[in-house]
Amino acid sequence: MAVVDLLSGACAVRPAEDADAVDGVPAQAVARPADAQETSALLRACHDAGLAVVVRGHGSKITWGRAPERVDVVLETGGMAGLVEHSRGDLVATAGAGMPLDRLGELLAEARHQLVVDDLAAGRGADGAGSTLGGAVATGMCGPRRLWAGPVRDLVIGVRLVLADGTVARSGGKVVKNVAGYDLAKLLTGSYGTLAVITEVTVRLHPEPQEEVSVRARVSPDRLEATLALLVRSQLAPHTLEVSAAPGSDPLVTVGLGGSPGGTRQRADAVATSLASPDLAGGSVAVVDPGTPEDELPSGLADVDQQDSPAGTSTTRPVLVRTTGRLSGIPELVRVATDQGFGVTGSAGVGVLHARLPEETPPEQAHHALEQLRATSLRLGGSTVVLDAPPAVKSGLDAEATWGPVPGLDLMRRVKAEFDPGRLLAPGRFVGGL
Amino acid sequence: MTQQTSQAMDDLLTDLRAALPPHTLVTDPTERDTYACDGLAAYRVRPGLVVLVDTAEQVAATVRACARHHVPFVARGSGTGLSGGALPHADGVLVVTSRLRTLHEVRPQDQRAVADPGVINLQVSKAANPHGYYFAPDPSSQQICSIGGNVAENSGGAHCLKYGFTAGHVLSLEVVTPDGEQVTLGTEAPDAPGYDLLGAFVGSEGTLGIATRATLRLTRMPEDVRTCLAGFASTDEAGSATSAIIAAGVVPAAIEIMDALAIEAAEKAVSCGYPEGAGAVLVIELDGPEVEVAHELERVRQLCDEHGCSEFRAATDAAERAEIWKGRKSAFAAVGRISPDYIVQDGVVPRTSLPDVLREMGRISRERGVRVANVFHAGDGNLHPLVLFDASQNGATERAEEVSGMILDLCIEHGGSITGEHGVGADKARYMPRMFSEEDLDTMQLVRCAFDPAHLANPGKIYPTPRMCGERPRVVHAADEPVVAGAEVF
Repeated sequence: MAVVDLLSGACAVRPAEDADAVDGVPAQAVARPADAQETSALLRACHDAGLAVVVRGHGSKITWGRAPERVDVVLETGGMAGLVEHSRGDLVATAGAGMPLDRLGELLAEARHQLVVDDLAAGRGADGAGSTLGGAVATGMCGPRRLWAGPVRDLVIGVRLVLADGTVARSGGKVVKNVAGYDLAKLLTGSYGTLAVITEVTVRLHPEPQEEVSVRARVSPDRLEATLALLVRSQLAPHTLEVSAAPGSDPLVTVGLGGSPGGTRQRADAVATSLASPDLAGGSVAVVDPGTPEDELPSGLADVDQQDSPAGTSTTRPVLVRTTGRLSGIPELVRVATDQGFGVTGSAGVGVLHARLPEETPPEQAHHALEQLRATSLRLGGSTVVLDAPPAVKSGLDAEATWGPVPGLDLMRRVKAEFDPGRLLAPGRFVGGL
Repeated sequence: MTQQTSQAMDDLLTDLRAALPPHTLVTDPTERDTYACDGLAAYRVRPGLVVLVDTAEQVAATVRACARHHVPFVARGSGTGLSGGALPHADGVLVVTSRLRTLHEVRPQDQRAVADPGVINLQVSKAANPHGYYFAPDPSSQQICSIGGNVAENSGGAHCLKYGFTAGHVLSLEVVTPDGEQVTLGTEAPDAPGYDLLGAFVGSEGTLGIATRATLRLTRMPEDVRTCLAGFASTDEAGSATSAIIAAGVVPAAIEIMDALAIEAAEKAVSCGYPEGAGAVLVIELDGPEVEVAHELERVRQLCDEHGCSEFRAATDAAERAEIWKGRKSAFAAVGRISPDYIVQDGVVPRTSLPDVLREMGRISRERGVRVANVFHAGDGNLHPLVLFDASQNGATERAEEVSGMILDLCIEHGGSITGEHGVGADKARYMPRMFSEEDLDTMQLVRCAFDPAHLANPGKIYPTPRMCGERPRVVHAADEPVVAGAEVF
């Protein structure tokens, strides 16, 4: 029986088209469950038939990680895109996994609330729709403002999930403080859809600052260390501390502040004054108000992506890397990255950078650059992960070269074997070929 | 102890005598009795063997021996846990990590500290303070509780509202898995590749293994800290003021409520000078850049006024700040002044449900004739009701336990949790099925099966009925039937 016929009793299903291929791996059917129950019915049917399932929101990060070994069914989360609850007094919200991040932002803004997750894949995916909530959680996507509010793993306080065999379960809840049972939400965050399908997410919200101001400074590479050390130690509680650098040009350091009217500006001026020291940025410091023409602030990955394509139109597949290290090692990581030809941007206040090689970089050169960057990040207590790459580069990277050394890999294999013993969820996409 | 378990313990002891120095092994029954309970003294079990480890390798050797002989093990730090998480197993080994107390590194430039599990929580901050940093998770027991215990229980304290749980402040862990393997989870930098096993391990209450070293994230000390005290006629008003503060976009470092009974106890114990006749007080702490704190303080003052605040004080120096905290921090112990015995409960409700839940608790208290004093982290809805009783009166203990359970049910009904920081432990495992479905619990235990298929790590905690792992024969070490010695008094 055709896959579509086999699954049609579970939820809406259509035959897959060429565009539904996942990182070059063709699919047979696209299923669109409307809720956790339909997801359960679908997965049970897939489980019984041994069909491999890859979850897709808007597809903005569908090529991240390794290409799956096989794809029978693409499970679209777009049918689960509703806001279930926004408890204003509790600063929490629950939404379907398919909820677009930007739509969620609009809904929360009515109460001057926000989910502090920066959409690094804005402008990508179906019609440039960017990330969904589920996609952000599944890839552990974090941008500049994690310095302020923490990474997405710390903002997710509850999930509803469906296991590969169709079991529907819940972890966490809708209160911020809760230590009852294992925190499966953390386990699923960043698991790339290989352990379970997330159907609903409850998140912690933050109030929108009343005022936001940024300070931008161009510093020479030899002053980057002193500049970042000063800012990391600052007591001005910045919401973001970003560094961007391209080969051959001076790094740009951006400090984002948010808070009370007047107070924020006062703090921004204090940051600007510190940075203007001749030992640091000297004269090249600017205080930038949001919404002004000068407000072209780096926003993590989007900025890297936009180095040679306008926002929202990027269809390129550069070698896209997340590289991390201890805070004091960030200047070195930036230097090595740019020496190897990477454009780099990221959270200097957290220790996570995103780096990018142009799509036309020859595979051998790309592989060499990756090795150099990885060696540096490992020495600095971090890691280097290849999020995406052009097919020519990706085909030369096995799971180990994609993800790098993984502490606790054997335990991870055991976790995968418990959650998805049949290897039906995005097989091969994740670390160690899981 | 059955003949079989006795033989296993003898064999284990033979192995451990060969592998460990003699002073690490505590076999004397009276000495073992010293470890019969943690901070929850209501449950007592004499451990089959106590091992006072000096090194991580000794932890691994002990756990390996346990795996070899199929003997359960329980980890224990300072023993301050309040849910019986470190309750020993009569036929098992209690691995005490309190001698592992080296603070290996404090690296302010990387905002990191590396600590052994037996390091006392407050010691980390004390070492980091001179560099302008501190360790944000600060349980009320921070002067004595250990980092290993904080990691096991994910115990956070008053500042979780703004700074998050312990889980957000642990970058990596060296752990001994239940088969005795030494494994590192996470990296010193965030976003280590792979599944977030670190996130699953923190708060797993010793059921996934034993942490032997932790890399912790330090937090920059704020430029300014302001503590204020607001008096209200009732907890209703104090609760509404709390919600209003949060809804207005102010996220205090801490916001704590005490009700009339808790105030009365604190006054008797430490003469904290809280507003006279107040039905409730809020202790609110704001921290951050000076200019922002000043702005927030005015906003908080205004919102408290709007919600019926009868008196508002803002400390102007460290001494006044300590004075305000004195009442709050002494509250638990102070309750001993007004009641011979009490149960400390730990539940969470959505902040907006606070007024309803407090009213309902008042009703239960009146109907059952059991006094309940309330001290809690209002900002995140983490209640710590103190259920007062006199164990010498007939049936009083049972009534107090019933009321304590009813409060947890109330938390669940309002979409909350049965624990916000103390853990489930041995004490609340029976409540887990009220909060989670069978499928939820089975799914959580898939993690357990991955780490500990033989169920040797802290059996009987968190989950009332362990799940069978895979197709393997069911090997389940149920919790011991603990000796219930009346409600805890501490």
